[in-house]
Amino acid sequence: MMVRGPKGHAGLGGGTDLPVLLPAAERLQRRSERERLLGAPRLRLRGRDLAWLCLMLICFTGYAEAQAAAAGREPISIALLRWVPLLFQGFVFNIVISVLSMALGTVLGVVLGLMQISLLPPIRFSSWFVTQFFRNAPWLVLLFYCIFLLPFEIRAFGMRIPFPDWIKAIIGLSLPVMANVSEIVRGAVRSIPSGQWEAAESLAFNRNQTIWKIILPQCVKRMLPPWMNLYAILTMATVLASIVGVSEVMTLARRVLAAEVRNDLLIPLYGMILVWFFVYCYPIARLTQWLERRYAVKL
Amino acid sequence: MSAAWSESDPIVDIRDVHKSFGPVQVLAGVSLSMPMRSTACIIGPSGSGKSTLLRCINALVPIEKGSIKVRGIEVNDPKVDILNLRRRVGMVFQQYNLFPHKTALQNVMMAPITVLKQDRAEVEERARRLLRKVRLEGKEDAYPGELSGGQQQRVAIARSLAMSPEVMLFDEVTAALDPETVKEVLITIRELAEEGMTCLLVTHEMGFAREVADHIYFTDRGLIVEHGPPKEFFSNPRDPRTREFLGQIL
Ligand SMILES: Nc1ncnc2c1ncn2[C@@H]1O[C@H](COP(=O)(O)OP(=O)(O)OP(=O)(O)O)[C@@H](O)[C@H]1O
Ligand SMILES: [Mg+2]
Repeated sequence: MMVRGPKGHAGLGGGTDLPVLLPAAERLQRRSERERLLGAPRLRLRGRDLAWLCLMLICFTGYAEAQAAAAGREPISIALLRWVPLLFQGFVFNIVISVLSMALGTVLGVVLGLMQISLLPPIRFSSWFVTQFFRNAPWLVLLFYCIFLLPFEIRAFGMRIPFPDWIKAIIGLSLPVMANVSEIVRGAVRSIPSGQWEAAESLAFNRNQTIWKIILPQCVKRMLPPWMNLYAILTMATVLASIVGVSEVMTLARRVLAAEVRNDLLIPLYGMILVWFFVYCYPIARLTQWLERRYAVKL
Repeated sequence: MSAAWSESDPIVDIRDVHKSFGPVQVLAGVSLSMPMRSTACIIGPSGSGKSTLLRCINALVPIEKGSIKVRGIEVNDPKVDILNLRRRVGMVFQQYNLFPHKTALQNVMMAPITVLKQDRAEVEERARRLLRKVRLEGKEDAYPGELSGGQQQRVAIARSLAMSPEVMLFDEVTAALDPETVKEVLITIRELAEEGMTCLLVTHEMGFAREVADHIYFTDRGLIVEHGPPKEFFSNPRDPRTREFLGQIL
């Protein structure tokens, strides 16, 4: 395990562990295979990238700061700091949206995924279709559909339940999550060796007992890395909600820039938001990789 | 149906069973019958349908024609009480197939609790006793991944026994083991047979078959070519295919 490279290239039949020395085609193929297992492109966030990003931002801000001082304008850092509380609230809103969409999408996705392994062909086929449809639809299109097709309030039992845009955005984002979770569940169930089903069956377990007591508990481990990867991707996708007018961090950033009539704020401001997202998603991506490698060793 | 069965009747009664997978005919009219408390071994070349036959007995694989009766229960009956059948027939596989997320003890306890809804404390006591019986005392809390092949296979045997079956099916249970551990598993099976469990084994261990079996069946291409008590079978095989097979293996 010690020789395993940072991307887990160990065990290549006596080959090298250095990714650079692998023929490119082979490397790409291996990468696409891993991503197929994961069900989505894997986020490759590296600490090195964050360091570069920060360095570039500091250099640029320093340069702009010097120019601002020369021109007698208010320093950029002061202007930026003034807006940090508001923007950070927006960022927290993004996180809230991501957590709620993930929760909703996971619940729906698990149900859909279980339907995909049903013995009844109509259920199996329809859930497969729904899964493929939402998995391959652009996220933004789904978001638009939800924003414009869902009513702004629901009337039930003589009460009016308002349905604000941010809730619609959560629903819209949870649809692709649902489809991806459905595939993750199906893939994990299919990866369990058939001997497990046979053993359970020979011990007189019925199908439900087999699925809930034997198969799914073993799947949880295998589902965790792709599920966390999906969450990191979703978190980054929450900024799509700004396009449909939810006041999350990007919307607020645009308003701030409109209020402060100066161009040199643009790069430091968006750069700061970028860093926040990176800092939030980086540990998740690393943990995903670590779990992936750990379980790969065990299997 | 089971009311008509008495202990002097065969506990496993297989008549003219046919089974195909698509165009491949795997069983082409197999008949076999086992009295209670007897031990039979099935030997034969690879692909001759031995595993399929065992799987048919506990209805893991449906048959197309013929009849299989276990303790008078017709397995081929579409209305068969599958739970009632499978609790009477234990099965052990070549690849152990233990549940990797459960400890040895939990593996043994699971089916009686989940399927038969038996009392947990009672089941636990029985499970500990069974693990002791297969000489795995002290390994109760080990996960399958922490056990050797032979130990895993003995947990699998204990797991089947926990359902208190009346017939045990063993499908090449020592084929995946290294030579030193084969012995400990065979000892366990022999003890079971000596205690009066009805055992049906598919095996390549000819010495073991000769020693424990009351009856040997030789299969080739979906048919039972020859069968008889081990002494006769091994010393005086009549069919040329049997002779060829024994010549290769002994
Ligand atoms: N589920 C299945 N679907 C299709 N074909 C199958 C299936 N199970 C078994 N077969 C085929 O049936 C034939 C007999 O298989 P079986 O496993 O019963 O043989 P066996 O005698 O146990 O062989 P071995 O000694 O190698 O275990 C083989 O040709 C196999 O390919
Ligand atoms: Mg076999």
